[in-house]
Amino acid sequence: MILSDLFTDYTLRNVALGSALLGVTGGVVGGFTMLRRQSLLGDAVAHAALPGVCLAFLLTGSKAPLWLLLGGGLSGWLGALGVGLVLKYTRLNEDAALGTMLSAFFGFGIALLTFIAGSGNANQAGLDKFLFGQAATIVAGDVTVMALLSALALGTVWMLFKEFKLLTFDPAYAHTLGFPVERLGVVQTSLAVLAVVIGLQTVGVVLMAALLIAPPAAARQWTDNLGKMLLLSGLFGILSGVAGAVISASTANLPTGPVIVVVASMVLLISLFFAPKRGLLWSAFASAQRRKVLREAMQRGVRPEEEAVVGS
Amino acid sequence: MTTDPLSIRDLTVAYAEKPVLWDVDVTFPAAHLCAIVGPNGAGKSTLLKSSLGLLPTASGTIRFFGQPLAGVRRRVAYVPQRTSVDWDFPTDALDVVQMGLYGRLGWFKRPGKAEQDSALHALERVRMADFAGRQISQLSGGQQQRVFLARALAQGADLYLMDEPFAGVDATTERAILDVMQELQREGRTVIVVHHDLDTVRDYFDHLTLLNVEVAASGPMSEVFTQANLGAVYGAKSKFLRETA
Repeated sequence: MILSDLFTDYTLRNVALGSALLGVTGGVVGGFTMLRRQSLLGDAVAHAALPGVCLAFLLTGSKAPLWLLLGGGLSGWLGALGVGLVLKYTRLNEDAALGTMLSAFFGFGIALLTFIAGSGNANQAGLDKFLFGQAATIVAGDVTVMALLSALALGTVWMLFKEFKLLTFDPAYAHTLGFPVERLGVVQTSLAVLAVVIGLQTVGVVLMAALLIAPPAAARQWTDNLGKMLLLSGLFGILSGVAGAVISASTANLPTGPVIVVVASMVLLISLFFAPKRGLLWSAFASAQRRKVLREAMQRGVRPEEEAVVGS
Repeated sequence: MTTDPLSIRDLTVAYAEKPVLWDVDVTFPAAHLCAIVGPNGAGKSTLLKSSLGLLPTASGTIRFFGQPLAGVRRRVAYVPQRTSVDWDFPTDALDVVQMGLYGRLGWFKRPGKAEQDSALHALERVRMADFAGRQISQLSGGQQQRVFLARALAQGADLYLMDEPFAGVDATTERAILDVMQELQREGRTVIVVHHDLDTVRDYFDHLTLLNVEVAASGPMSEVFTQANLGAVYGAKSKFLRETA
């Protein structure tokens, strides 16, 4: 049975662990990016990581994950910085700034990838796995690196929870209290870069943003408390990661990264429909109730109490 | 330099090389309820925001209690416009009010029982204690405004800068804000309010600054609230002036 393989099968165990680490980091860090309405920044950072991966390979001639992830993280971070600069100094709006930076970096990355593939370097095979990820190549050493990065990201959120909450809800007010709002914003963006780096091998640059968006969006449906939301979002991320790893391992020719993203999207879909209060089903039920109250009141010719009409 | 709660000298602020505030000189005296009044686009909110360092200034000196803001942050509290944040944020009223204590708590420390108690007390002062656990998106506009006021009260500051606190609020909220303002004044604290309603400004405040990019007049209400001054800021044909003439 495949679930027991989680503990005995070396490859599956590493893939599942790596995916779980990716899920929990993306879920928790993505919670803040979503609430700051910067979900697409994660997408830009992820795509912007590709040229860094290629350049790191060209410079070192090595496919050691450490170098490639370092290069990817660096160029992802530069991409985010670029978005900020474009917003500050040009008249482009946020959509356009994100879109331009994403496609410019990604286009450069694809060009480098093609150049490397044609260069006859015998070592280059497999570099394109960073597009959609190839979880099966993850070894125990990679999991260790991921765990360290994840601990760094989650530890930072734990330490700065209060500051991040304030910054996300009301940055101007945070400024008047004396908090360094811009620097805290850079820290938040850097955490998104960390999450992207953790996901480079498993999910790849193209689909990575989904793990920063779907788990927190799903978690928001179930709770009105930021701490609980982040916790739930992390759990949804772990669930998606492990389920994706197990499903793709138990079925021939199913890639891990995309399956993880599909599972995360299913969790979101279910949450959008079935969550109490914010879910579609609940809203439909509540509005049917209100319609009924209104109809009865109109038949009786008595204006309903304010509470009865508005009640939610 | 004086030790007035807020004193502004030669303040000029520009957006895209266009002046929004021009050579503003104004001093707000201690233990007064001060209104800043002027037409749309007069730079009223900009005056508060640039004083607090939220906007870059082209020139000017700003002193709170005779010092730059950085040295006296604990004594200054800001109540931003209610519409400046997204109220669908996942938290409740009490938690938002506790944010007023974050500056005092310092880095990394989480609010505890003491912070919760002072936040509850601040909510009581604005008559919102019953709504402490309410998700903030489920509050009415007036209640949200009172939560913002409570957050500033929790800071225990000596000077309060409020940006349009009376805009679009219900009568209960208007009364509650006014009571708090008068309480603050009795305690010797100072309140500076960006206000838009000429009908109430004389009843609510005792110090008036008329602003239209430049300061047209500033001083005790009885001296500044004159037809000539108002005409200079709003234009002689304004409806209000014809009615009160």
